[in-house]
Amino acid sequence: MMEEERKRTKLEETDEGTILFNVPFPRDLSGLRDMSPIVIKQHYEIDYLHSYGQDSPFFAGLANKRLLGTKCTGCAYTYATPRRHCMECGGECDWIELPQEGRVHTWTTCHFGSEAFLDQTPFNLVLVEFDGADTLFLSRLVGVSEDEISIGMRIKARFVRNSKFSPTDVYFVPA
Amino acid sequence: MRDVYMVSGGVSKFKKARPEATFQFMVKEAFDYAMKDVPGLTLEMIDGSVASYFSDHFQRQLMSGIMAQDYLGLCPKPSKRVEGGGATGGLCFQSAYEAIASGRMEICVAYGFETMSHVNTWKGNEFIALASDVSFDYPVGGFYSGYYAMMVVRHMHEFGTTVEQLAAVSVKNHANAFHNPYAQKRMKLTIQDVRNAPMVAYPLTRLDICVMSDGAACCILASEDAARKLTDKPVRITGVGTGTDAMRMSDRPHKEVILLPNESPDDYKDLKYPGVHSFRAGRVAGKQAYEMAGITDPINELDFIELHDAYTSSEIQTYEDLGLCKYGEGGPLAESGNVNIDGVCPVNPSGGLIACGHPVGATGLMQGVFAFWQLQGTIKKHFGSEKLQVKDAKRGLIHSHAGTGTYVTVSILERSF
Repeated sequence: MMEEERKRTKLEETDEGTILFNVPFPRDLSGLRDMSPIVIKQHYEIDYLHSYGQDSPFFAGLANKRLLGTKCTGCAYTYATPRRHCMECGGECDWIELPQEGRVHTWTTCHFGSEAFLDQTPFNLVLVEFDGADTLFLSRLVGVSEDEISIGMRIKARFVRNSKFSPTDVYFVPA
Repeated sequence: MRDVYMVSGGVSKFKKARPEATFQFMVKEAFDYAMKDVPGLTLEMIDGSVASYFSDHFQRQLMSGIMAQDYLGLCPKPSKRVEGGGATGGLCFQSAYEAIASGRMEICVAYGFETMSHVNTWKGNEFIALASDVSFDYPVGGFYSGYYAMMVVRHMHEFGTTVEQLAAVSVKNHANAFHNPYAQKRMKLTIQDVRNAPMVAYPLTRLDICVMSDGAACCILASEDAARKLTDKPVRITGVGTGTDAMRMSDRPHKEVILLPNESPDDYKDLKYPGVHSFRAGRVAGKQAYEMAGITDPINELDFIELHDAYTSSEIQTYEDLGLCKYGEGGPLAESGNVNIDGVCPVNPSGGLIACGHPVGATGLMQGVFAFWQLQGTIKKHFGSEKLQVKDAKRGLIHSHAGTGTYVTVSILERSF
């Protein structure tokens, strides 16, 4: 163990606290500038009604085991992650169906994550490239460990049966 | 446009947690330090300010900016908040620059802060990941270390960059920070230490990634007339550049390299650009700033650089964006010694984000302050040691960068006395 690590060794902290109704207080106010800070816990929670707006057909597609992208009606630039309007020329895009097989453009394995995904670690993220598409698609790659993934690897889409209307309704496995 | 000068700066110590202080108090500490360094400057002489903070989630307080403004005693003078993820500090610096350059203000204060300790590290990572597309990216496993890991995996594939080259950046920056009293982490590391640290997202370990921090920083900018009255050691801002790129990495184009004067199309015959291996916004920001400052050979014409090394990988990618070397040569440059404190062009002589900490809204301004002290030749006065003073530093570059390269700012500062 490194010296620095040894110095940092300690019990894991939790943010549970104790209900406290009073604190000691001095008669002489001159020392209050140096008083220890009072730290309290404040809960914050909210449900958003998030609309996918013009991107909604993509999620309806996933619920029907179809992977959709978009293609510009002006310059034919093709998006593997859909956009209704083209970044290249500003034109409007049409919905198209993407192939359900692609290749790993790049990847990683996350051993830690945001709180919302911490219980799913380790998980693999991939950017998928498809024949005929100019852009990529972010997804999970499942069923393989870190040392089995490589750039260029052929992978295919799978869909969850009970759609959650999330981009994770589609995920990839080795082809 | 008028010439713009920096006349003073201050930093309120970056730490993992500063429960003894609210964000206003930390800003006041940085501001008072800066004010004390230019004794001729009074509150009345300040025309206005720009506030820099990234996330309302961390403070759980909307309009934090005005609370810093009133705490500093700057009301009812003009102020506004700027925000652009990790580049917020750099954007704030440039916003203050614009206020002076346009003639709207003679003296403008740029202050920034973040209090990231108010939530646990993994909730903090969630807040940061909300700075990715919440329809298509965040739900898949939103985690910025994962996003940067995917970028460097592709960089390794394109150019043969190695994990040891990434680790060399961590070793260098921590070694510099060892002599910086403002730094959050002052450690002597080896390449093996970095590789043996817990893996976060392959290939990035805990020592390849910056930490969360509480802290504040402040830069005071002025017109030429005001600067000459306030200090005999002013620093002129001779170049500014700002670039952007698509939020979703999946949308980044695969086209041709945007060339700097020291490059030719033949250098990159088979390279698709920027893909996910390079930061187009960083290249554009650098190109604009270089054109304005008249720089054509960056590594030899800049005396030092403070750049946004939230990840060791992004420091290497940024060497290339800024033209310190060609695309693909960033890994070897990290190992070459040329970017060390005694090298041709020291990069992150302060220790960078990796070792100094990254209280997002303060970070880009902290770089401004450290660069300013380097150019004044006052590192010893402010750090208590001249170990990190770049000898005879005349021209430096600061670089601020937001999530996966969405916003990037580059500003060039030059000694002007």
